[in-house]
Amino acid sequence: MSLTLLVEQILNGMQFGVTLFLTASGLTLVFGVMGLINLAHGSLFMVGAFAAAATAAATGSFLLALAASIAAAAAAGAIIEVGVIRRLYARDHLDQVLATFALILIFSEGTRWLFGSFPLYLSIPDALAGPVTLPGGIRYPLYRLMTIGVGLVIALGLYLLITRTRLGIRIRAGEADREIVAALGVDISRLYTVVFALGAALAGLAGALVGAIQSVQVGMGEPVLILAFVVIVIGGIGSIRGSLVGAILVGLTDTLGRFLLPGFFRLFMDNSAATSVGSALASMLIYVLMATILIWRPTGLYGARA
Amino acid sequence: MSREAVLNLILAAGFLVFPLWAWMAEEPFLITLATRAAIFAIAGVGLNIALGYGGLVSLGHAAFFGIGGYAMGILASHAQTYTPLLEWPFLVEGTKSMPVIWIVAMLASALAALAIGALSLRTSGAYFIMITLAFAQMLYYFAISWPAYGGEDGLPIYVRNGFPGLNTLDPIQFFALVYALMLATIAVAALVRRAPFGLALNAARQAPERVRAVGISPYRLRLAAFAISGTITGLAGALFADLNRFVSPAMFSWQTSGEIMVFVILGGTARLFGPVAGAALFIALEHLLGGVSDYWHVFLGALLLLVVLFGRNGVVGILAGQEARRG
Repeated sequence: MSLTLLVEQILNGMQFGVTLFLTASGLTLVFGVMGLINLAHGSLFMVGAFAAAATAAATGSFLLALAASIAAAAAAGAIIEVGVIRRLYARDHLDQVLATFALILIFSEGTRWLFGSFPLYLSIPDALAGPVTLPGGIRYPLYRLMTIGVGLVIALGLYLLITRTRLGIRIRAGEADREIVAALGVDISRLYTVVFALGAALAGLAGALVGAIQSVQVGMGEPVLILAFVVIVIGGIGSIRGSLVGAILVGLTDTLGRFLLPGFFRLFMDNSAATSVGSALASMLIYVLMATILIWRPTGLYGARA
Repeated sequence: MSREAVLNLILAAGFLVFPLWAWMAEEPFLITLATRAAIFAIAGVGLNIALGYGGLVSLGHAAFFGIGGYAMGILASHAQTYTPLLEWPFLVEGTKSMPVIWIVAMLASALAALAIGALSLRTSGAYFIMITLAFAQMLYYFAISWPAYGGEDGLPIYVRNGFPGLNTLDPIQFFALVYALMLATIAVAALVRRAPFGLALNAARQAPERVRAVGISPYRLRLAAFAISGTITGLAGALFADLNRFVSPAMFSWQTSGEIMVFVILGGTARLFGPVAGAALFIALEHLLGGVSDYWHVFLGALLLLVVLFGRNGVVGILAGQEARRG
């Protein structure tokens, strides 16, 4: 095992973590502000990926594809917020889970209806296609490096938005006490629509960024949704900072676990047994991480309330 | 007799009459459909104990459904290849006997439910939902990546397991067996609800502080309810595997958890026969709408949305009206 390979795996873990953060931050924002569990968040991720793939196929421009993913996911988010989600804020979690489960069924089958069952492909633009040489002679795909950069920039932007802008003040106030905010003359239902659309747009962007690495297909959102759940449970539900730390932690644990565990078991097992035990354990590792963190802190790393 | 009791009798009788009619009309496919509905109803009866009586919104009951399925798959696959399951420290052979498989499936799911419950019940609300989901996913990925029992491809069992005195390959006889188990689990659920344990559990759902104030630990009540719930869902998993003669990681998938929850809610949460009505309706919709359009999940989703938003008490609630207030 060489150092180059290890650095490469750490970068892969970072890239995975950053795309998880984009999905998880919207989920945690919606939970923090509106107290809503949104299972259909993965569907918005899928909507973004499909919009990007369709736009790239029609125009050939990757930038337009990214813009389309953000616009389509934000629009889909705003529509379901006004049509359905709005009625769920006052309901208990069970109703929220069921209604958003129903939305997943509608989104998934609707997308299958529109685009068919075959996966679409979104190719990386030529300018970003090749590898770059990092200091130390490590060659790494430029596109993945750019994904890490985009994710970190958005994390910073989100931090500034929440702490420095009027919208951010309203979001934080809405989190603390919706009645008082409404009494102070803020249109709370429009604020909720904006927050929901913002979360949806982030998920849609993540879908487009990941869609260029994997294939774009129906059902791609749910594995990401569940990982995003793990991330926000680890980070503490409602905390953006928690979701960043949780996402990077999950991304690194998963990638490095898959890379290192089979080799670790090879130290005292024969080759094929080590590979199967190692990969089976690696696939469970993030859930073990989550369980461990919850035993230690039942409301996650940065969570204040259940 | 209350309206709900009459409705329950009609549901129980209808569940028996339909397959008998299909048997006379020589429609074995419809018998299999009814068997599937009855198995799903058992899974729902299990979840209802946690969800309806205990207020524990578990989105991870696929874990127990899958463990039950794999208990059957592992035991039967060793029996069909004549390889012992364990040679050391003592010999354990596989088996093709349903009663043994059921007991193993229920014990395994009970242990898993105790472990998962002990950890998950430290949290509540949204955390609990996500953690139960995550534990089921953990088992899902384990089943996919563990190659010994089929891995991602699943594990076929060539001949359905046997039950003393019955020919389980005959659809109507297998249905009779599943139906009897369904009634048995409903009886268990009714006992649980009426027992002092069930009353305390109900109280812990409504006012945990008061329960604590009279010296009962809500945590232990919930853990016991979660274990009973998982055990029954595990039994359903073993039966489901036997129905299909196939086990696959899909039994652990989060869609399975979601569907078991849908049976309970469509029928009516915390209603004794709610999961029976819900599973029957689900299977009927799947059969009827599935014939009309390949995209029947869209209609299922729309219906579910309407039930959640407007018809809050499910089928049993709509037909039988508000439940009489107890205690």
